[in-house]
Amino acid sequence: MKASGDNPISYESFLQQIANRGRTMLLPALLEAQARYGHISPEVAGAIGAALCVPLADITGVIEFYGMLYDRPTAETIIRVCTSPTCSSQGAQTLLKELDQSLVVTPGHATPDGKHYLEKTECLGLCDQAPTALVDLAAVGRANSARILNPPGDFHTAIYADTPVITRRCGKVEPTSLANFLAHEGFAGFHNALKLGAEEICSRVKDSGLLGRGGAAFSTDIKWEGAASASGKPKYIVCNADESEPGTFKDRVLLENDPFAILEGMLIAGFAIGAEKGFIYIRGEYPRVQQIFQQVIDAAYENGYLGEDIQGAEFNFDVELRSGGGAYICGEETALFESIEGKRGYPRLKPPFPTTHGLYQKPTVINNVETFANVGVIMRIGVEAYRAYGSPGSSGPWLFCLSGDVENPGLYEITQPITLRELIYERGGGVRDNADLQAVLLGGAAGKFVSPANLDVRLTQEDTRAAGLGLGSGAVVVLSEHADLRQTFADLGHFFAHESCGKCYPCQLGSQRQSEILDRVANHEALPGDLERLQDVGWTMTDASLCGLGQTAASAVLSAIELWPDIFQGGAL
Amino acid sequence: MPKLTINGSEIQVPEGRSVLEACREHDIPVPTLCYHPALEPYGACRLCMVEASSPPRPPRLVASCVHPCEEGAVIETDSEAVRKSRRTTIELLLAGAHNDPMLLALAEEYGVKEIRFTLPEEDLCVLCGLCVRACREIVGVGAISLINRGMARKVSTPFQIASSTCIACGTCVLICPTDAIKLKDITHFHSVHGSDSEFERVYCQICDDVDLSPVVIQDVDVLIGTTIEKEVDRD
Repeated sequence: MKASGDNPISYESFLQQIANRGRTMLLPALLEAQARYGHISPEVAGAIGAALCVPLADITGVIEFYGMLYDRPTAETIIRVCTSPTCSSQGAQTLLKELDQSLVVTPGHATPDGKHYLEKTECLGLCDQAPTALVDLAAVGRANSARILNPPGDFHTAIYADTPVITRRCGKVEPTSLANFLAHEGFAGFHNALKLGAEEICSRVKDSGLLGRGGAAFSTDIKWEGAASASGKPKYIVCNADESEPGTFKDRVLLENDPFAILEGMLIAGFAIGAEKGFIYIRGEYPRVQQIFQQVIDAAYENGYLGEDIQGAEFNFDVELRSGGGAYICGEETALFESIEGKRGYPRLKPPFPTTHGLYQKPTVINNVETFANVGVIMRIGVEAYRAYGSPGSSGPWLFCLSGDVENPGLYEITQPITLRELIYERGGGVRDNADLQAVLLGGAAGKFVSPANLDVRLTQEDTRAAGLGLGSGAVVVLSEHADLRQTFADLGHFFAHESCGKCYPCQLGSQRQSEILDRVANHEALPGDLERLQDVGWTMTDASLCGLGQTAASAVLSAIELWPDIFQGGAL
Repeated sequence: MPKLTINGSEIQVPEGRSVLEACREHDIPVPTLCYHPALEPYGACRLCMVEASSPPRPPRLVASCVHPCEEGAVIETDSEAVRKSRRTTIELLLAGAHNDPMLLALAEEYGVKEIRFTLPEEDLCVLCGLCVRACREIVGVGAISLINRGMARKVSTPFQIASSTCIACGTCVLICPTDAIKLKDITHFHSVHGSDSEFERVYCQICDDVDLSPVVIQDVDVLIGTTIEKEVDRD
């Protein structure tokens, strides 16, 4: 990354300013050093360690944990090419070959002139315009050499909604304008909530049936009531914007188009559980989102929506933006806490749960971006109107990220449940070029494959669960008859082997062995017994892994084995 | 004092015990690798998985080292589901360290007859993290850390050069379950802490430049009660 030349203060002064906060500022300090110097030298790490009182060995451990931090110089510009299932199936592998020819560069190396450093990366959350790349801070869709060398800055995700509820302001307001937001019923939910009082807010969230939108679909009210009644103080609100599930980009679109709505949800949560501090943890691969949200935070402070005595309600609330450093595992809630605390992003053991022992071991509510967006809606329109959307078991509007071999990739807001077939063929315009459908990957890398025979499942929690599937993070990756499924399996294998934190054995060793076997499968070199190996490793990861990453790392592969066993036995598809 | 049932026998344990601690107190064997009574539980090796059921919820595998003893819980430490999970984990571990006596003994016990996975090269370090945790929690130094992620992890000094904070206590050597960290190459005879006394020094293989006194090692050995003989090459 380029050193930013317009920093008003020296790095030493920056360190002095944050020194009194200690270790929790480690990742911000490292990211700042990375941005200024292009890498983190032992000398800079030493200065950070001295300022924040962190052993140098721990700093090395943290640097080496995050994909976007480097302990040695790379190049002026870093090109990150996404090789996750969607981008890989849409030409990422060809793109890498093209870059090899045009720039004479292979992943993990710099160009001969030292100007560009090329890296393969996992999902960048830009899937609707695959193949994609991140060139320093610029998102590049429909990537080719020319667009990568001169990022056009034209990235825009299409949003489709019959009845826009969550996305109603998207595209209609200037995202960072508070006046615009207020003119479109912005903070109406928050003002209602202030009148209702904390208990009534929790009670309405419960009655709304709101389920978390991050992938696990956990009841939001249980988290809120747990943290509200917990005795520890202070309490924290955390917005999980570490969206990294392959095929998922909904949180990015919401934060780019209607960021104040997310802040509104966080304010309501803070008021409801008695928290005075909130964090929003935005993945490092979303620099534009970070810039937007920082402007939103600043505007809120200037206009009495953050800080002390907010809107005269004797409610104090601060929000701090934290950037991730390139690690899928930090989307796991406890790993995210560890990351904010300045440690390697290892998931914690549960119990205790975040509601009593979350960030800094204090009672914490952590919700996904889309969940917070729903909170504002519930407070604005009321429980009854909210429950008119969705189904009894999956109330409210739901967002789906459609990508892959589909005519109209983009973000879809669904307010009345539809089937997977309707989403792809009626809303999404069908498989691109009228090709036949081969498979759908539903719920991201941690989700499952769906065969064309199973498209009539309704996209609700209860219907997908009954069909042995899950909505996950709302990712719907369409794979046509022309897609190389074997390559998709290999991509999934690489993803989990690369993103496993390595803390527990089943996932650390299992994801690696799984990836090797899937590489063999991709090369038509499966060995006798590979299917059983995949199953044994998969079941063990599922049952014995420490966290959700390992427990779902074999989900898609095991579903593929059920659907297409021949592929894994060395037969042809 | 919660009451729970382990392998069909009802037992009562003091408040705050983990299932593993309860098992150890009642002589119920549960294998562990990353567990050490002197360290905070880590829950990483997953060898101590046991089956826990709290009806009406179906039984599930939990890590006994961190799972609390809950009133009325029903625990099975040697069911087929438990053995199957342990078997695969042991097999995966053996793929990387196929000559380690401790792992071979576990393999024997759990009937791992064949290692169906191969690693390009053998590495005695099984990334259990005990050395890193002991250095931080027992010694209070934090001279070493795990770096990278997943299988690419390794134990390292800062920036992979000599750690200036290592006090050469030898705790990492003693706590390592696979003898991946060894003391060797006695090449210097001078003090560790800068005092004038002279005694034998050995190089620490991790820090590379820091010397350990064999006397210190023996003391630590006695202190933590291990009987494992560590390799100390002498001139």
